Amino acid sequence: MSSPSPLDEQVDEDLASADRRTRPPLARGARSAIARLTLGMNWRSGLVVPLLALLSALVVGALIVLLAGVSIGETLSAYRAMLVGSVGSLGAISETLTAATPLILAGLSVALAFRAGLFNIGAEGQMLIGGMFGVLIGFSLTGLPVFIHLPLAMLAGCLGGALWGLIPGLLKARAGAHEVIVTIMLNFIALRLVDYGLKTDLFQREGRNDPISKNIEVSAELPQLLAWLDPSLRVHLGLVVALVAAGLIRWLLLRSTTGFEFRAVGANSAAARYAGMSISKVYISVMVLCGGLAGIAGTGQVLGVLDRASPRFSAGIGFDGIAVALLGRSNPWGVVAAAVLFGGLRAGGQKMQVSTGVGIDLIAVIQALIIIFVAAPAMIRALYRLKTSAETTRIGAGWNS
Amino acid sequence: MELELRGITKRFPGVLANDDVTLTVRSGTVLALIGENGAGKSTLMNILSGRYQADSGQILIDGEIQSFDGPGDSIAAGIGMVYQHFMLVPVFTVAENVVLGVEPTGLLGVINKRDAREQVRDISERYGLVVDPDALIETLSVGIQQRVEILKVLRRGAKILVFDEPTAVLTPQEVTEFFGIVAELKARGATIIFITHKLKEALAIADDITVLRGGKVVGTVDPRSTSVEELATMMVGRGIETEVVKDAVDPREAVLVVEDLTVTDDFDRPLLKSVSFEVRAGEIVGVAGVQGNGQTELVQAITGALTVSSGRVYVNGEDVTNDPPREHHSIGMAHIPEDRTHVGMVGSFSVRENLILDSYYSPPFSRRGRLDRDSITDFATELVERFDVRPPLIDNLASALSGGNAQKMIVAREFSRDVPLVICAQPTRGIDVGSIEYIHEQIVRKRNEGKAILIVSTELDEIFALADRILVMYNGAIIAERVTAETTPMDVGLLMAGRVAATDAP
Repeated sequence: MSSPSPLDEQVDEDLASADRRTRPPLARGARSAIARLTLGMNWRSGLVVPLLALLSALVVGALIVLLAGVSIGETLSAYRAMLVGSVGSLGAISETLTAATPLILAGLSVALAFRAGLFNIGAEGQMLIGGMFGVLIGFSLTGLPVFIHLPLAMLAGCLGGALWGLIPGLLKARAGAHEVIVTIMLNFIALRLVDYGLKTDLFQREGRNDPISKNIEVSAELPQLLAWLDPSLRVHLGLVVALVAAGLIRWLLLRSTTGFEFRAVGANSAAARYAGMSISKVYISVMVLCGGLAGIAGTGQVLGVLDRASPRFSAGIGFDGIAVALLGRSNPWGVVAAAVLFGGLRAGGQKMQVSTGVGIDLIAVIQALIIIFVAAPAMIRALYRLKTSAETTRIGAGWNS
Repeated sequence: MELELRGITKRFPGVLANDDVTLTVRSGTVLALIGENGAGKSTLMNILSGRYQADSGQILIDGEIQSFDGPGDSIAAGIGMVYQHFMLVPVFTVAENVVLGVEPTGLLGVINKRDAREQVRDISERYGLVVDPDALIETLSVGIQQRVEILKVLRRGAKILVFDEPTAVLTPQEVTEFFGIVAELKARGATIIFITHKLKEALAIADDITVLRGGKVVGTVDPRSTSVEELATMMVGRGIETEVVKDAVDPREAVLVVEDLTVTDDFDRPLLKSVSFEVRAGEIVGVAGVQGNGQTELVQAITGALTVSSGRVYVNGEDVTNDPPREHHSIGMAHIPEDRTHVGMVGSFSVRENLILDSYYSPPFSRRGRLDRDSITDFATELVERFDVRPPLIDNLASALSGGNAQKMIVAREFSRDVPLVICAQPTRGIDVGSIEYIHEQIVRKRNEGKAILIVSTELDEIFALADRILVMYNGAIIAERVTAETTPMDVGLLMAGRVAATDAP
């Protein structure tokens, strides 16, 4: 090499802290990378970057469509169809919110885990198991009034998901098994368990050979919120449940003693242990809560949209929940906003597919691009020549101290 | 080579980090650059290394104006930086690390290891820095790793060496060795800048001492005609008590009793060997010893962070052996941990949250599972004021605090509770004199209130300033006990090196 390369790039970050004397060990780099992605609590950069990421993703998505040989006019009309299909009418908004409902809950599940330093890839499996518990209560109990049957079914779904979350929590706390591996594996197991369960007499609808469950009782259905306007508006009570959950999780994280423990363990588990917190207790309770949230997401689908369970009824929502949590920066209301955005893309994508020649796969591409842009805020800032964010101007915060 | 800085000014948002800094390092001499945390030392160093560009001012080497657009320019001009935190690959050998980035390569870019080894030997000999080029970095002590860092910059042709707090990570012996290296480098014509806030070290090895305060040069003094007191006053801008004032000791009942404490590592090798002692109410007991002689394990075993193999720990007569940390906390043990940033605080939490980190679960901070924001805010506001944490903003992130203020925050948290026993591990490591003075005062005040205090420190000065009794640890055991008033640093220093006097032999 001709010119001596500068000392490690790694120093840069250290030096940014100017005169701070002690610095975290380098080994924590990986975890802090996740934290950077998920814990941007600054309001302005927390909003500006995702919005610009959305804009960039839409532009790049359009370029990809153009490259595929679609004309400019058709591309524009595809985007118009997407807009109309997501917010263009009351029906479109209802579809957007219907799609957003499970995304909020799955996103909260992943976000809560992030805040405690855990990566819950298992929302998908937790949704499936939760949904199966919910549907079981939904069709097997009869003659109950709605106000008993519905909460009971929701509760069962929550418990089912919690049970599926308990497994990785326990394994992590007691045996040190990494939650990422365990939750991924449990997703596969859940998927096959559902396939199996739907073929058993307990679940399978009489007279059917394909794996499909019995229909739930009307008393277990999540009522449509806008049926009085138009019975085809599908948005259901699950949306309210999801919003209440977001509020509760926010309260839990910021106002409760338990949430303080969760966040401390997530931010610095060594300090948390020294401060007398039980790391295993936190891991277990966080995973149970995460599982419960995802379980409600799955149950909401079964009781509010599908009225029964079928193979893969979770439809990848648990995985989209990871993207939603990242985009929402693990902030409960951020998760709600991100879920509504993704719900809008899902709903608009349907419309786009039906009314233009552009396939719904574009939506997956756009979603992926959003996440890539959000994950690389420096790229967004460079692209739009944003002034360096408040985080970087913090450099001087230690001065004069 | 002679280095001159003329009128260097560097501004960060809201802060003037360097304000018209002018200084000269004469060719072949050592300049000590001293100042408190936040005085602008590191900014100046970053400008010198080409990482930051000064807003105004010039850097001159041998009278020629330099312009550094990046670290490459600085290195090319002959400036070499040795950082406090080493930039070495632990699984590579010394030779591999030294050539890393500018490797001697042969056909197809294959590294020529023999050349690398030769080059390392060559520089080692030229500068008298003995290192085995084939040793793996992870097997070397911190002091030797620092030598590798020095070799690295020397190989890149550095004639001006800048050391950032080089002794902060070294043991007392390694500090002595390091001073030898500096003298050797100087004898071979190197020009050296030594950034520190340890005044005695500056006095010991510098030819000139330049003092920075609030981004400005306060003055440059000759070490032969100044004193620690004068330097401290220049640094802080007010008189500093370098001596701790204490009343006569008045020890009462034993609060901490440690009996035959033994701890072994995963391979059954002993880390602590049958350690016994007690700390009584109203006295400060200091544990002296060279880093790595079991002090860390002793504190961890007492505070419940490490499992004890045999022996017992009693606090106020209650057996707390192998109880979890929370039991220790609730029984009345305050603990200032050795590793401030990693276990003492949560960097991404606010100062307010850090102040309740170990008491958040009990009233008045928590009621029926809910955090009581008002009482937490009141508590934090009061503590930040009382313990002089600067800036006194409870919503600031803890990671934004300087080392001294972060430590004051931890001291505030631990000392705010009325507990009978305080364990302080390295309470003032790596922090500025103003904060050290303050923390020492707080510790003595706790003692005068009748608390039992155990201090573990590798700084002999600190042990002598604070402790009423001194225990010397060597190789996992307590090999001697001294009453501070009846011993000398020389005596304890020899004991720390493992030389047991005849009277102490068992």
